[in-house]
Amino acid sequence: MFTAERIADKSDWITTDTGDWEIIIGLEIHAQVASKAKLFSGAATGYGAEPNTQVSLVDAAMPGMLPVLNEYCVEQAVRTGMGMKAQINAFSRFDRKNYFYPDLPQGYQISQLYHPIVGEGEMLVELGDGESITVGIERLHLEQDAGKSIHDLDPNATYVDLNRCGVALMEIVSKPDMRSAREAAAYVRKLRALVRYLGTCDGDMEKGNLRADVNVSVRRPGGDLGTRCEIKNLNSMRFIQQAIEYEARRQIEILENGGEIDQETRLYNTDTGETRTMRSKEDAHDYRYFPDPDLLPVKLSEDWLAAIKASLPELPDDKKIRFVSEYGLSEYDASVLVSDREKAAYYEDVADGNDKKLAANWLLNEVFGKLNKENVEISDSPVSAAANRAIVGMISNGVISGKIAKQVFEICWTEGGDPEAIVEERGLKQVTDTGAIEAMIDEIIAANPDQAAKVKDKPKTLGWFVGQVMQASKGKANPQAVNEILRKKLL
Amino acid sequence: MSTLNELTLAGALKGLASKDFSARELTQAHLDAIADADQLNAYLLTTTETALAMADASDARRAMGDVGALEGIPLGIKDLFCTNGTRTTAGSKILGDFTPHYESTVSANLWRDGAVMLGKLNMDEFAMGSSNENSAFGPVVNPWRANGETQQLVPGGSSGGSASAVAAQLCLGATATDTGGSIRQPASFTGTVGVKPTYGRCSRWGIVAFASSLDQAGPITRTVEDAAILLRSMSGHDPKDSTSLKADVPDFAAACTRSLKGMRIGVPKEYRVDGMPGEIEKLWADGMDWLRAEGCEIVDVSLPHTKYALPAYYIIAPAEASSNLARYDGMRYGVRVDGADLTETYEKTRGQGFGEEVRRRIMIGTYVLSAGFYDAYYIRAQKVRARIAEDFKKAFETCDALLTPTAPSAAFKIGARYNDPVQMYLNDIFTVTANLAGLPGISIPATLDNAGLPLGLQVIGKALDEETCFAVGGALERAAGFNAKPNKWW
Repeated sequence: MFTAERIADKSDWITTDTGDWEIIIGLEIHAQVASKAKLFSGAATGYGAEPNTQVSLVDAAMPGMLPVLNEYCVEQAVRTGMGMKAQINAFSRFDRKNYFYPDLPQGYQISQLYHPIVGEGEMLVELGDGESITVGIERLHLEQDAGKSIHDLDPNATYVDLNRCGVALMEIVSKPDMRSAREAAAYVRKLRALVRYLGTCDGDMEKGNLRADVNVSVRRPGGDLGTRCEIKNLNSMRFIQQAIEYEARRQIEILENGGEIDQETRLYNTDTGETRTMRSKEDAHDYRYFPDPDLLPVKLSEDWLAAIKASLPELPDDKKIRFVSEYGLSEYDASVLVSDREKAAYYEDVADGNDKKLAANWLLNEVFGKLNKENVEISDSPVSAAANRAIVGMISNGVISGKIAKQVFEICWTEGGDPEAIVEERGLKQVTDTGAIEAMIDEIIAANPDQAAKVKDKPKTLGWFVGQVMQASKGKANPQAVNEILRKKLL
Repeated sequence: MSTLNELTLAGALKGLASKDFSARELTQAHLDAIADADQLNAYLLTTTETALAMADASDARRAMGDVGALEGIPLGIKDLFCTNGTRTTAGSKILGDFTPHYESTVSANLWRDGAVMLGKLNMDEFAMGSSNENSAFGPVVNPWRANGETQQLVPGGSSGGSASAVAAQLCLGATATDTGGSIRQPASFTGTVGVKPTYGRCSRWGIVAFASSLDQAGPITRTVEDAAILLRSMSGHDPKDSTSLKADVPDFAAACTRSLKGMRIGVPKEYRVDGMPGEIEKLWADGMDWLRAEGCEIVDVSLPHTKYALPAYYIIAPAEASSNLARYDGMRYGVRVDGADLTETYEKTRGQGFGEEVRRRIMIGTYVLSAGFYDAYYIRAQKVRARIAEDFKKAFETCDALLTPTAPSAAFKIGARYNDPVQMYLNDIFTVTANLAGLPGISIPATLDNAGLPLGLQVIGKALDEETCFAVGGALERAAGFNAKPNKWW
């Protein structure tokens, strides 16, 4: 069942009057396949279209309509499976999951119960503090999304939008290998990064193309497993974590009061932060799964699989190893840089022809900080990778200091322009001419004889002079040269 | 009244080609015959204007030298085929006045080849039945009556409207569908030729689904050659149906006169069922003699799992149907009966919209798929199905085609078996096996029984070997010399 029997880190235990508890978490992620057409019809999948404008006869389940498998979606599922280093099943099949609901026109969802396209795999999940855990993957299968029921347009009627109906989803089921909300969030983040690297899912939780069902149970650390509850349809990292925290405490409270956990499906209320019963085990549907007779089994040839494998991009784990071994970056810096395909590509662009570590530091400390602060995506950064490459190049060649570099970056951010030209035009080049620096220093010492006299006794006050020189040079004096000359003259 | 409707399809093609009459005249003759045959209840809808417009268009094409394989041929369409702009009911009330904005691939192929649509033919609701008594629009009446009797007989089912219309000369041929015998059994009951081709030969796209893994479209006509001509136009790979076969469509008509010399015809011993009328036994023996005379060798074969075929069929077909019919929920099209809440709306809509037999099969299908029963019923039935397919494969190692009766009886009286579903299901005993194995089968009218009612012989061929079915069928047709017609009483 588990990938590894693991007891939660003590810091993740929940301690009450009766002792310690740990949380056991498994996730089912629904990742929308980044495909222009639906899983079994040619209808479009664009986000935000007018209701019921992206609905084919098949999606609306008109009489006599038949599904035809979109092979592009199959390819994306296989790519994702390969990215998770999971077993790819050369034989898979679609089953019908039968239930009635107005947003499910066929009266069944086409899914894969008995023979999923991807079997077991493993994912290394970094927790952000240098620690990492391994999360087992149970399976990945393809299925159709349902339409959307809209209950709040009319007090007496429910409206149905079928645009989403039939859109291809990859359901990725993890093993119960997570032990805290933070681990669950890290897993989702890693999976999101992976599908974005692969281009198999946009991973945009706000648009609902990555959603999670969370299975939560609690137990005494290392003890017998408890009964789990499933919390449905969480669509943000924050909600996932809050729902887990709430649900774990709810279950502990029941158990500590001598109660039992009912295995049930629950919904998370984003307003109150609580979960509530959606349906109990007794009310669970009998889905009457059986192989869909309208569709042939999916058989994948070795050649086809080999071609897919060869076309995979470098994945985050491999990229991280390369950044550490080839570029000499720290594990931590490397894992931050590879956490997102665009970030990694941006970094490689900036580092091209430059000092790799310097480029990493520059991005991690300056550029990403600014992007975060301004809430701008890296793809929308007003300072291009090429501009940053030029700035880093000027730092390492001693043309500008780190401090001036920040100034140049700010100018590029607000006004745009070529960094080299900015440095040139605004005279921001570092002054490395020792004669000029010496002249400035002499002037400052002459103006502050008392201060200068103190330096010998209190060497720390040398810093005051450095500041004065930098101010006088408008930051352009080479700080190293300033230090050296000051030391010579005053110590 | 014109007698153009008495022609065969092949004969009509010749007459049209030699300008003996126009497509409009041919179509009008059929429309007149239909108007005169309300008592048969074969047509649910006669598309008079469309028919005449299509006939005129056909005449115009012919004048331009643009002549399709079915140019100007008036046909009836089973109401299971969706027809663009023409109401399609599947024999059910639940679809209301549903009018598709799309055309089934099979019917589109017919119009592509120049055929003319006369109207939509009555059928058992959702193709479930063997007597056509399950139509929401009343039973179809068989044009045949027992000697000296006036009692109305069933035409068989579910393609009873198609069979009755062809037998009564209300069209030159009709489309039909066969899930467990729904083409061949009514053909046998009405003295017509019915062909269920190999599963996947005809596209299922646009045909209201009953049991997807078994449903297959085919023609009902008055001669083997007519069936061959019609099937050729109906067939062909369709990318819109994943189960449609990528196989070339041969000239089936050319196979109808092929020599049978040296061919081995298998006779499965398991088809000698208890209580089979002596007349059917005799017809079967006559069939063997006719084929021996053509130079065939008759060999005994065994299909040991035959006795499990009917039970397996009545698990698999209802299971698929229970799911296929879930879409008739009153939400998007068809009839809705509002209830106090969603569940009650579903219950009322489906409870009132579906007839008794459809409800029975949905319940059976729901039951056999439900948790705890799935393995015992559905999975076992699938295993039986695989065994049955193996039986045929083995049998075909020693023969080229099989000869069997089509049905265990002649047409029976309306109402006689209506309240005994098991007795009714037994009608399919010789036909379901071909559906379970996906094989082609043809029913040939071969004789009249003592009461003067037609009986058919069935030829089952290897997958995609309809040509051998047509060759053997053609020989049986010639040997039997069956040319009886029902006496017009309507």
